[in-house]
Parts: sequence; C-alpha cells; structure tokens
Amino acid sequence: MKPAAFDYHAPTTLDEALALLAAYGDEAKILAGGQSLIPAMNFRLAQPAILVDINPVTTLVGIHAEGDGGLRIGTMTRQRTVEHSDLVAARAPLLAETMPHIAHPQIRNRGTFGGSLAHADPASELPAVAVALGMTLRAQSTRGERDIDATDFFQGLFATALEPDEMLIEVLIPALPARTGTAFAEVARRHGDYAMAGAAAVVTLAEDGTIAACKLVYLSIGDAPVESHSAASALLGVIPTDEAIRAAAEAMEQDIDPLGDIHATAAYRRHLAKVLARRTLASAVARARN
Amino acid sequence: MSHEITLTVNGHAHTRTVEARLLLSDFLRHELGLTGTHVGCEHGVCGACTILLDGVPVRSCLTFAVQANGHEIMTVEGLGHDPENLHPLQQSFWESHGLQCGFCTPGFLMTLLPFLQENPDPSEQEIREAISGNLCRCTGYQFIVDAVKLAAQKMGEPQP
Repeated sequence: MKPAAFDYHAPTTLDEALALLAAYGDEAKILAGGQSLIPAMNFRLAQPAILVDINPVTTLVGIHAEGDGGLRIGTMTRQRTVEHSDLVAARAPLLAETMPHIAHPQIRNRGTFGGSLAHADPASELPAVAVALGMTLRAQSTRGERDIDATDFFQGLFATALEPDEMLIEVLIPALPARTGTAFAEVARRHGDYAMAGAAAVVTLAEDGTIAACKLVYLSIGDAPVESHSAASALLGVIPTDEAIRAAAEAMEQDIDPLGDIHATAAYRRHLAKVLARRTLASAVARARN
Repeated sequence: MSHEITLTVNGHAHTRTVEARLLLSDFLRHELGLTGTHVGCEHGVCGACTILLDGVPVRSCLTFAVQANGHEIMTVEGLGHDPENLHPLQQSFWESHGLQCGFCTPGFLMTLLPFLQENPDPSEQEIREAISGNLCRCTGYQFIVDAVKLAAQKMGEPQP
C-alpha cells in the first residue's frame, strides 16, 4: 500500500509543465488533485516514473464569466470551489447540482475540475455533465493549443483525446439558451460512493411549449459517458407530457448496454437508467417551464 | 529522489528531507511522531487520516509529503492536549459516547472542526452529509451525530 518510487517535478509555470511533458511523454503523469491517481499509486496499479505536480501553477485556477453568458473554468480549480461558486450556480446550475455528488467533501477540497475530466472514469459525474452541457475542453502542449468537444474528448475507459504531451488547461461552458432546464440525479448505495447509475438532462423548450432540444447523458452505464440520442429524438417537437417522457425513457433502452458488477447487475442498471431518465427529464422540463 | 521540505504542523515549523513517494500520512506519523493521524484504507475511502491542509480537511493518505512544502497542517494533536483541556468538540464526543474504539475519531474531529466553524448551527441532514466521508464501524453514527449537535452548542457558548 505504498507507491513505487518516482521522480517528482513541481513546475510553477504552465510553460515549464508543458516542457516536462514534451520531454518525458508517456513516462510522465500529471498530478492534479491526486484523488484518483494517488490511490492507484498506493495500490501500485499506477507506477509512473515521473510525476509532474501542477498544483503550484496558479494560473490554472479560476472561474471566469465569459461575455456570451458562458463560463471558463481553469483545470486546477478545486471541485469544492466550483461547488460553492455563485457564478456556477447562476450560469451552469446543472454543474452546481452535480458537484455535491462527487465523492466526499474532503476529496472535493483537493480534487480538481480538470483532473476529474482528464481521468475519464466512466463512473465519475463530470464527464457526463461535460457532454450534456456541450463543454469545450482546451488542451495545450509545446506544439500549441486546441479545443476538443466533450463528445470527442471521452474515448472509453480512462481514455481521452489528449496526447501524452498535452495538458487540459481550461474548460469552456456555453451559456444555456432561453427556456432551458437541467437536472442531475444518481443512485449510489451510500452518499459519496460511486454511483451505480447517474444521468444528466438538458431540455430546451420552444415558445409553443414543445421540446426544441434535448440531451440525456449517463454515467456508470458504459465505458464512457453514454448519450441517449433515441430519447432525445423521441421528445423533439412534442409537448413533454408524462406519457411523452415515459415513451422517451422506453426509447432510451436501445442506446444502452450496461454491464453488471458487484454493485449492480446489468438488469438493475438498465432499470435505474429508465427511472433516472424519467426523473431527470421531468425535472429538467419543469425547470425549463419556470 | 529526495526533497527538502519545510512545513508548519500545529503551529511548529519542521524541516525534513523526504522521498517524493512518502505519503503525508506516513510523514506525520513516522517523521514527526504524530500518531494521532490514523491510517486506515490508504485509498481515500475511510477518512481516518483526515487532517487540515491550509485550514481545509483533506486525506493525508492522498497527498504526498513533498506537496505540503510551504503549507500549514493541523492534526488532531493540535486540538486539546489532555483530558482536562479537551477542545469542546472532543469533550462532546466524550460526553455523547461519539466513539468506542476511537480509531476513526481523529478523522471525524478534523472533518468536523472546520465544518462547525463554517456552519455553527447545522441541521441533522447537514451533519450526516458532512461526515459521509468518514467511516465508523462501532457507533452506528447516531452518537456521533449527537456529539456534533452538542459540540455546536458548546462552541456557540462564550469560552471561559
């Protein structure tokens, strides 16, 4: 239960950090909050030769209001800061609703916003919310900067579009359109445990009360965030009555193929996915109407 | 690869040379002899190793000692020193039977100290959420919740 030896670097600027990643590539791991990496190292599931600790890079911290009503969040912003941000509550209520579900307060004090996204654990909340809100993930390396859509960023179990020399530096969250409601819900055995299933819904109503846009994204249902396009198409252009939402939850089933594990069987996850679809879509619709 | 670090623990500055892989929990226990910080699961689940890093509760088993360089740490030893001078939070755990074996207690105390400072009059639901990251296998949590309520009361009273 002790980590293997490694070389430790603690750069104080982004340029220094990127130079280290360029020099060491695959051999190096970025240490952000460390709340997933250090347990993996304690178990020796991860034995990186080099750790690049970016905690001293203070320019990567901050929550900024963008002119278009959106948000820009620095990768090293602690999860607890996002959770308690009035700006996040006002501009990205889905994110504010989700944050308390991430592990425990002690973990969120240390865990970072960008770290959780870059780790891409399929059971974690932020990747699903990133897809639901259409976030843009900005990566940088010594070769330059590029923007990656959340949908393209998550590529499977702990796998992302990031190259070994790239670092996630900030995340852009677009403004919510008018008449939009959002909701998050998950089912876990105990508060703070990994959820057996969770869902994020974003619903935009047209002026006539029909659904103009809809996203339903799951965590813990596949090896990356799983978006149900069938549920969305079932709802597009219709008035979201209870029956319509129920039908969308039924349509969702063809988009998922959950696996069973010691926490939940595949059949139970499938059941949860349906219940969560109904709950999150119904609350998102109710909030969009207000 | 070794690194020289200087950090403040319970108000005292310490300088040591440590290997990068040394966990903060092991540093506190083995290098400084502060064995009040307990090591349970070493993967962030049990909360027994919770300490304050710059005033906020974190898992000392999920932080490397080298990362604490230049920072301020508070451990359970920074609360009351002996049975006659317990912190009101400790006194409340004693009076409400908020512990049996005591292994988890330091982690609970270090989680709850900033919680009660920020939220002097918490609801039962808030208390239960605040301690959701700390496991106790003895008490069934009810007496811990009682202890927190009592501590909130005691900490709200003017200190003699």
